[in-house]
Amino acid sequence: MRPVSLPYALTAELTHRCPLRCPYCSNPVELQKRENELPTDMWLNVLEQASELGVAQIHFTGGEPLLRPDLELLVRRARELDLYVNLITSGVGLTDQRASQLAEAGVDSIQLSVQAASAELADSIAGFPAHELKRQAARRIRAAGLPLHMNVVLHRANLHLLEDIVELCASWGAERLELANAQYYGWALRNIRQLLPRREQLQEAEAAYARAQERFGHRIELLWILPDYYEEFPKPCMGGWGQLSLTVAPDGRVLACTAASDIRTLSFENVKERELAWIWRDSPSFNAYRGYDWMPEPCRSCERRELDYGGCRCQAFLLTGDARAADPVCVRSPHRGIVADRVHAAAHGDAGLSAYSYRGR
Amino acid sequence: MSSRALSERPRLRSPGRMKYDKARQTELLLLPERVVELNEAAGAILRLCDGQRTIAQMIGELETKYGQSGLENDIVEFLAASAERGWIE
Repeated sequence: MRPVSLPYALTAELTHRCPLRCPYCSNPVELQKRENELPTDMWLNVLEQASELGVAQIHFTGGEPLLRPDLELLVRRARELDLYVNLITSGVGLTDQRASQLAEAGVDSIQLSVQAASAELADSIAGFPAHELKRQAARRIRAAGLPLHMNVVLHRANLHLLEDIVELCASWGAERLELANAQYYGWALRNIRQLLPRREQLQEAEAAYARAQERFGHRIELLWILPDYYEEFPKPCMGGWGQLSLTVAPDGRVLACTAASDIRTLSFENVKERELAWIWRDSPSFNAYRGYDWMPEPCRSCERRELDYGGCRCQAFLLTGDARAADPVCVRSPHRGIVADRVHAAAHGDAGLSAYSYRGR
Repeated sequence: MSSRALSERPRLRSPGRMKYDKARQTELLLLPERVVELNEAAGAILRLCDGQRTIAQMIGELETKYGQSGLENDIVEFLAASAERGWIE
């Protein structure tokens, strides 16, 4: 066994509560309720343990992290510990006062989500009239002296509007925009018929992305996150299981990634019962897919295993029922047919917006 | 970026920060989307990218610090590569 590396980043999911109900939400289908959320003192303790362990960067997210009144306190403590602090938010609830409090507490970077370029479409995707609030949030973030970074999840209903979205974010003063093609876990997997684009749509969007680079690339840094269902080989998910980062869920469970609670065959340790360092180094869940010994064929003897670690464990579990299986995105996977069937269905299906299965608040 | 004038005053790309990491005993460059682990020389150069010092001043300080001369080419080359990677501006 190789020595265990140290984690660079910790994603702190402060809450699963959120005013938005996006059909591709990265939270698990089983949302944690408010009464199960870790209290302030436990989050402070998590930050201290994370810093000791070697974590350098904290991503405060949710749900909507602004729903936690202790957010500023947590940001301040993280900065005292010399952690780099990212806040990932819908912008709903970001008043002038909170924006300046967060800046003063030492937030390094804020990432604001947007759903589409027009309020009408954006609000129907989010299941909540958030678009105008986001426009105000963007202005407040900049007024507080913070750089504005944005992200949009791309799917069937907004992919053809990519250039409009880039233009909107540039006009709001964003310095960076993540164009993230939807990934099919939890909620997005439930809504895959409504979300998965057709191959031609994707090819048109890639051309639009190139045009947007030409038009706006000098003003705004654009990042394109690949849609893995249309790739031949899987993504090197998380840089390998338990290699670079960890997630603490609202109830204190520690996960190898935000989607990992979907893997029902693993049980995850909780910061209420165990030290973070022990969970990272020694827990069965974090050691389950480290190294290469756990791999069955075709990954075990594959020369690509050091490039992609067999792909994503969560995707393997969700699509095949076996988290050790090769990621079915891989053309060498015996389960590639599962992904191919969905791509085929996307080419022929024509589901409308009204059919979204929205998450609860 | 490849032909930086020695009078330029590079700074870490906003909102980047440097951190000395006790757990790894190494310098880290912290950016919103990534953490870069640096070797000692890289850390020493980036620490001086504060938007105040000129590249010429940085070379002088580093040559004094390491008791060496003729570091100009290496430093200028490293700064060009850093700009290319989006570490400095």
